[in-house]
Amino acid sequence: MTTYNNFYEFGLDKSDPAENAHTLQPRPWTINVEGEVAQPRTIAIEDLLSWFPLEERVYRMRCVEAWSMVIPWLGFPLGDLIKRLEPTGDAQFVEFTTLMDPIQMPGERSPVLEWPYVEALRLDEAMHPLTLFAVGLYGKMLPNQNGAPLRLVVPWKYGFKGIKSIVNINFTRTQPKNTWAIAAPTEYGFYANVNPKVNHPRWSQATERRIGEFQRRDTLPFNGYADQVAYLYDGMDLRKNF
Amino acid sequence: MVVVSSARAEKNVRPAPRSASHVPDGWLKPGILIGALVPLVSLVARGVSGTLDANPIAQVENELGLAALVFLVACLACTPARRFWGWTWPVRIRRELGLLAFFYASLHMLTYVFADQLIDVGRITADVVERPFITIGFLAFVALLPLAFTSTRASIRRLGFHRWQRLHQLTYLAGVLAVIHFVWRVKIDVSQPITYAIVLLILLGARVVWWLTARQARSR
Repeated sequence: MTTYNNFYEFGLDKSDPAENAHTLQPRPWTINVEGEVAQPRTIAIEDLLSWFPLEERVYRMRCVEAWSMVIPWLGFPLGDLIKRLEPTGDAQFVEFTTLMDPIQMPGERSPVLEWPYVEALRLDEAMHPLTLFAVGLYGKMLPNQNGAPLRLVVPWKYGFKGIKSIVNINFTRTQPKNTWAIAAPTEYGFYANVNPKVNHPRWSQATERRIGEFQRRDTLPFNGYADQVAYLYDGMDLRKNF
Repeated sequence: MVVVSSARAEKNVRPAPRSASHVPDGWLKPGILIGALVPLVSLVARGVSGTLDANPIAQVENELGLAALVFLVACLACTPARRFWGWTWPVRIRRELGLLAFFYASLHMLTYVFADQLIDVGRITADVVERPFITIGFLAFVALLPLAFTSTRASIRRLGFHRWQRLHQLTYLAGVLAVIHFVWRVKIDVSQPITYAIVLLILLGARVVWWLTARQARSR
């Protein structure tokens, strides 16, 4: 499963990241924190790891391309980190940025997307107990191709929200623009909640094929996490906010 | 086909020594066939040895579709090859190339219907009706059907060459639809489908130019 990745920073084929990601150096690694926060600062990955106990979370992961996997992640709730970072009362969104380094990430030389990769969540989404900052999977530290050393996992959203190799966290007042929504605004939105009723303009999202299985499965609203997260979107038109 | 045989007949009037670069006919068709089966054999071999990627159905679909497009484009290159370089051998394998395109397009379609959608008629219908890239791909396949079924010499005789030729101009439409299908299918990086689109544009553009110059010559 660790050889089937979308990580365009290392090439466009699913097998490219596993072959090419050896150039990424996940140590030393620091994460810069800025924006609407009590104290902007830079945190070493080792410090971050020492702050929170790691827990294993087995999550379904649904790609926007209509395939899915079940992945045991190792990580800690992003909410715990955010509480510790103390965003100001004006912070409404959290924006994450991937490393920008075309030497370590040769795919960033190709203009298919705007680099570096950027993703963002509304603050309440980021604080939700299901939202995870992952540092490992299958009981091991993250392989480079899966977004070492630190990545986002939001199990009720399409996989592209799960930004990899994060170097920057920015608390903002206004909604940031995320990379895929910039690249194809009619096809990918900010929210990207898994929704079988809202099809991608070019393919159906009603069903999915779980990797390793032959039968298709019905895709569930919020990837099956509706009971936990649907309230976040009460009163919102999810067709418009796709 | 008639044009080809007349070109051959002219050649036979003055039998010239064949140049060393001339591909012997006897080997041509079996050679193409063996080469053409490489994509299929490779897929089967990887399937049997379990070395397809983690989403094998999608991979099989993609590779079969690409093979179909390659043969379709090759098919459309035969006539320009004769007009530009005077090569006649490509036109002699044109039918074979066309049938190979149809063969791979059929496998591509069957994989989609049986393996990908598991013969769920409702879902397939919804896909064909609602999703332009699947609609277009489906139409491209439909356009190939009458061509495959009238590929014999007997069909040329039955239809008459001109009607047969008119019918087989559907290949142009199939090519255009297939390339659009490919462009719309790709998530973001369209460099590969655009490459095919450019090649196709050149091959079809050449025909438009010949048609226009021929018309001009007639009206003069």
